[in-house]
Amino acid sequence: MERQLLSGDEAVALAALHSGVALGTGYPGTPSTEILENFSELGGRAQWAPNEKVALEVGLGAAFANARTLVTMKHVGLNVAADPLFTAAYTGVSGALIVVTADDPGMSSSQNEQDNRRYAIAAGLPMLEPSDSQEAYDFFLTAIEMSERWHLPVLFRMTTRVCHSKSVVVPESDGRAAAGAAASFPVPHFEHDMAGRVMIPAHARPAHRRLRAKLAEIAGWAESPEAAQLNRVVPGDPELGIVASGISFMHALEAAPNASFLRIGLVNPLPLNLARAFAASVARTVVIEEGDPVIADALRAAGISVESKAEMYRFGELDVRRVRRILARDESPEPAPARGKPPELCPACPYHTVYATLKKHDCIVAGDIGCYTLGVLPPYQAMDTCVAMGASIGVGLGLRHVLPPAEARRVVSIIGDSTFVHSGISGLVEMSYNPPATGHVVIVLDNGTTAMTGQQEHPGTGRTLDHGPTGKLSIEDVASAVGIGSVTVIDPYADPDGFERLLVERLAASELSVIVARRPCILAAADIRKWERQAAEFRAAAAEQALFDAPAEEQA
Amino acid sequence: MSALPAGKVTNVVLAGLGGQGVIKASDILADAALRAGLDVKKAEVHGMSQRGGSVTSDVRFGERVLSPMVPHGEADFLVVLAPSEVEVNRDLLRPGGVLIAPDLVPEGELANQRSLNVALLGALCTYLDLPQDAFLAAMKAAFPEKLHAVNEQAFELGRTLAAGAEPTRRLRSPQ
Repeated sequence: MERQLLSGDEAVALAALHSGVALGTGYPGTPSTEILENFSELGGRAQWAPNEKVALEVGLGAAFANARTLVTMKHVGLNVAADPLFTAAYTGVSGALIVVTADDPGMSSSQNEQDNRRYAIAAGLPMLEPSDSQEAYDFFLTAIEMSERWHLPVLFRMTTRVCHSKSVVVPESDGRAAAGAAASFPVPHFEHDMAGRVMIPAHARPAHRRLRAKLAEIAGWAESPEAAQLNRVVPGDPELGIVASGISFMHALEAAPNASFLRIGLVNPLPLNLARAFAASVARTVVIEEGDPVIADALRAAGISVESKAEMYRFGELDVRRVRRILARDESPEPAPARGKPPELCPACPYHTVYATLKKHDCIVAGDIGCYTLGVLPPYQAMDTCVAMGASIGVGLGLRHVLPPAEARRVVSIIGDSTFVHSGISGLVEMSYNPPATGHVVIVLDNGTTAMTGQQEHPGTGRTLDHGPTGKLSIEDVASAVGIGSVTVIDPYADPDGFERLLVERLAASELSVIVARRPCILAAADIRKWERQAAEFRAAAAEQALFDAPAEEQA
Repeated sequence: MSALPAGKVTNVVLAGLGGQGVIKASDILADAALRAGLDVKKAEVHGMSQRGGSVTSDVRFGERVLSPMVPHGEADFLVVLAPSEVEVNRDLLRPGGVLIAPDLVPEGELANQRSLNVALLGALCTYLDLPQDAFLAAMKAAFPEKLHAVNEQAFELGRTLAAGAEPTRRLRSPQ
């Protein structure tokens, strides 16, 4: 097939299509978002879930029914999905379940730089890690094969540079992909397996043993020539041996082209015997890895003598220059990176008014994740906390519970529409269940899209991933339904004075209040109008069709 | 895959502000290199860049490219779309590397200022060993048909300006 220049995300989408993935689901999160968008554009069935936990559960159900499924999320999304993940390792799957975790070393657009290789070890799941787009494509096909062979979910770890970098891909270069061979794709069907899938303790105890037996088998396979596509030794200079995986392998190969390499594509379980023999074959063995010293610690724990990077290189991304420094054991201070212009709220963002008002009234603002987090930067500096998706509401409530009343009354939680649906709803339930004495005020910034990650749909927009019409969640109805006494919808851009009066009034009342500040994202507004028009036409056509199809007496 | 040396790789960094078309320009450059039969990698960080902040994109091409990121201080070319982004990125250039700055194109010379990205690509093209046909094909693929003419004009303007630039400004071409 033709050479294509694809991002890692695009390569995964193409591989998913070529391997007959029946369903892709996930929640938008940089740098993983483009996988499902591309899968949908290529003709795959892709959908956004309200959050990563639900996405993984939907994917698991589909994989219980023998289908090949793909679930995507950013690294912190796996925290949300961790609960089903750990037990899905016990139940296993009948079809294939590939869980993409897109890590963000250096935090180009994230709140932390957690290393999700730890999840593979903790949950006991195989994890593959590609180092460019060709490998993203090839390894995805391998992940499907592994998932079906061992009946296990497979973690697919990507990092920002692998997700977003473009490199040349020749699809089906090794002749494995079943493109056009739809007849060979598994047909979904259901078989009862209560002992295998109902994780009461009596079933879970043997399931844990089964999981460990599978991992031992995979560890053996990972050392065999069959797994050479993933793990292999590239002989070179006997003085220097480098163990590397993912993007670090590319940096290292460029920094030390003549070194001997143990290239690791399967980061869990690690090929310990291969590593032992490799380390014995070279004078000095250095592990080059971004983030935590996961591989180095595992090899040392197995009694293999390797050198790890200095602690200073745990932070941020690696690049060729930093790898050279690690190899030279250079721990001198690094030059500060160039400081460009920081991002900011769009000049025409409808929420300038909200931040100006919060600042004017000296509010204590429990914030959340999205564009609006930029309210922390000048000129407003009107955000006091931002920790995790949905955390604004719980954190705001905690502040209200313990602060003296005069201060407590200044506390406001602020959360975007997509974030509210993702994990703000349970915070609202808590608010109704354990109301602070001074009440509380939650502002939902409803700009009608998941703006930060590039304007994706969510349940509150009433449109699906590909912008078609579907059921629509009403934020104000949800707030009323969980027992919030005061629920107001206002356009803060059209009526800034009204917004200020409302906020002042709600802060003074010792009641539970939700203010839905609703105005479409300026970047998405034109598209939203177009999609709404299309959705309205679709609904009208469907209604007409229903009328036509209905029995004659009902038409009257 | 083998541990062979990567050979000569051309390193280009494009820089500007969110919304200026930095990514579009790097897409075109990378596609032109692909069309010329070369290995190519391209790296940038999306996400926050959509909010008007600084954006840089690295494009590397040659016989075989390993890391997708241009090592600091090893860029052969630095193409900058916003005056404010020149100084913050200057250190990315190797000694003797070529800076292509936005003031190469005088105000008012472009029919549409939005095509500054393509004009600077035209300037870059005069230094590169890539066939111009590859650039033109990559541009055609990157824009809808109604924008082809304006972008081809911008590309040509950049080429002409770079070819006519005074030697002091033109600096030294690599190799």
